[in-house]
Amino acid sequence: MGRNSGLEIIAFIAAVVSTTVVRVFMDEGGAEQPISLVLTCFVYGVLALLSANIIKNFLGGYMLGSNAQFNWVGWPTGSRAGAPRGFRARMMSGLDAMERHVEWFIRICGWSAILFVMAIFFFVIKEGAPALVGDLDLWNFFSSTKWDPTAAGKSEYGILALIVGTLSVTILSMLLAVPLGLGAATYVSEFAGTRTKETLKVLIELLAAIPSVVWGFIGMMVLGPILVTTTGASVGVNMLNGALILALMSVPVIVSVAEDSLRAVPDSYREAALAMGATRWEIVSRVLFPAAKSGLLAAVLLGVGRAIGETMAVLMATGHSGRIPQSLVDPVQTLTATIAAEMGEAPRGGEHYQVLFLIGIVLFAFAFVVNMVADLIVKGIRNEKNG
Amino acid sequence: MAKNSSWVPTLICSLLTISTGCSDRASSGNTIQVGGSDTMVNVAQKWAEVYTSENPDISVQVSGGGSGVGIAGLMDGELDMANASRAIKDEEQELVKKNLGQDPLEHVVGRDALAVYVHKDNPLNKISLAQLAAIYGESGDITKWSQLGIKVEGDDEIVRVSRQNSSGTYVYFRETVLGKKGNYKQGAINQSGSKDVVDLVSTTASAIGYSGMGYATDQVKMLAISKADDDAVEPTAENAASGKYPIARPLLIYTIGQPSGSLKIYLDWILSSKGQKIVSDLGYVPIN
Repeated sequence: MGRNSGLEIIAFIAAVVSTTVVRVFMDEGGAEQPISLVLTCFVYGVLALLSANIIKNFLGGYMLGSNAQFNWVGWPTGSRAGAPRGFRARMMSGLDAMERHVEWFIRICGWSAILFVMAIFFFVIKEGAPALVGDLDLWNFFSSTKWDPTAAGKSEYGILALIVGTLSVTILSMLLAVPLGLGAATYVSEFAGTRTKETLKVLIELLAAIPSVVWGFIGMMVLGPILVTTTGASVGVNMLNGALILALMSVPVIVSVAEDSLRAVPDSYREAALAMGATRWEIVSRVLFPAAKSGLLAAVLLGVGRAIGETMAVLMATGHSGRIPQSLVDPVQTLTATIAAEMGEAPRGGEHYQVLFLIGIVLFAFAFVVNMVADLIVKGIRNEKNG
Repeated sequence: MAKNSSWVPTLICSLLTISTGCSDRASSGNTIQVGGSDTMVNVAQKWAEVYTSENPDISVQVSGGGSGVGIAGLMDGELDMANASRAIKDEEQELVKKNLGQDPLEHVVGRDALAVYVHKDNPLNKISLAQLAAIYGESGDITKWSQLGIKVEGDDEIVRVSRQNSSGTYVYFRETVLGKKGNYKQGAINQSGSKDVVDLVSTTASAIGYSGMGYATDQVKMLAISKADDDAVEPTAENAASGKYPIARPLLIYTIGQPSGSLKIYLDWILSSKGQKIVSDLGYVPIN
């Protein structure tokens, strides 16, 4: 941050003293923890130091231009020779002086993005690992359908029914969403007129903006009774309901990415195909889809990722009933909904809590497998293209 | 621009830091944090509303989440009062004693009768505790409405509607109907709230579910419950208060030790005739 002068040190001390005074003497709050006080003082002190440095550099640039020097208190001194003149020039010069600070800020933002992801990853593993290495029967965990953590007597932790629930709802929703999404993307990109294209894009983005809990509500209140009357299901909240809602939620994601990748195919491909006498559908199916393969696959996988991780909508729309479904209209229970429903009650650090985090690790594993498969397929496509 | 106005930056920075150092949380003496039972959340919100309109300098924040969540919040120090529709478990009591050094204190603030709901077109009018245990319990063998001798408009298969396992209602129903060692049969539809159970039963012809008496609507029918061979008892406030209705439970509030200050005044108000009138207005049974 450059040479720190007396100003920064004064600011640091002032921050520490004022924080201590406010926290210890003026708050009527609870017991004061020394570590918390020291940490808070340090944080505010560093913030004060940085603010002082930024203001000092800005003032230096404003008043004296890029050759500003500072005296021991931090006030800009030195020759007025190269100083900027006029308000605009001074403002620009002041902002230029803060360039290093901006650079560091951007650098820290970049690091913190990676840091947060790693931190989440390690947190989940840290909380769930005791269940893995403890005395949980892992074979029973993956093969039993009985999930009853609060049972009188021995708790049952079997997630087979939950895994089947998640996979069945995801696969069914993808069977519905992929044709719908790719079809919509093709229509918007190739066949729609300009006005229709704009309107449709806005409407599809609107679909993406609907909160997932509203989708769950629609599933429970609107789609449930419809399914009961049309399919003769005994209960309206079931696997089909959840899959339909998930499909509707994934379609905007698939459409956005697929439409972008179709538009990225150069026009020369389309023109060449037209020149050879291809019909519109032949252009789409024989030329565009193979050309945009990796982008379309990315779209589908984003949709799958959305469907596997969706929590609120499936909690409300699938009926949350732990069983292996015998038909399309049987209620099921998903892994994500189980965590959402039970995490609040599980005592922190207890076995139930650790098993719920273990379910989180299982979900991570699913996401990892899906991404790895995607990577391999994309690599395969790329080799095919280049080979 | 005077050359020795070098205290200006220092002053600005100190003011900035003093302003950030001041906390803006309300003094804890005037905010009461209440949370826990979903069964009691409507009553708790009505209490908070009426009490704060009479005493505007106190603020009461109510949340739900289930009795388990409320007691966990009490343990963590986030809540001043935990609403519970079930008694505190032994291990929870130990944890409170360990974390906070004091025992949790139980206050009975009302009574709730759990009603068994069926669709309004269901011909059934009464059911016995043994039949309920056979429907809901792990080892029970009743899975079809025809086994009870009735025919419903929908599927013959009984659709059991239950609550998620973080709910005090779930635990209370299990202990009362299935016994202390009983467990639920797998495959019930687990709803997240008392109202959701009634909603699902009202739209599903072959459903049966349990929820608080206060959540009844005219789209569902409440069944009269009989104990062993007695006459079936209707789920009404009088029967719950007199003890004749077999599935009635006390509504509890837990505090850490004896409450004091504004907390004590609030609790006394809840137990007074004003608070209890709200309890009976919402379909529960007052304690007197």
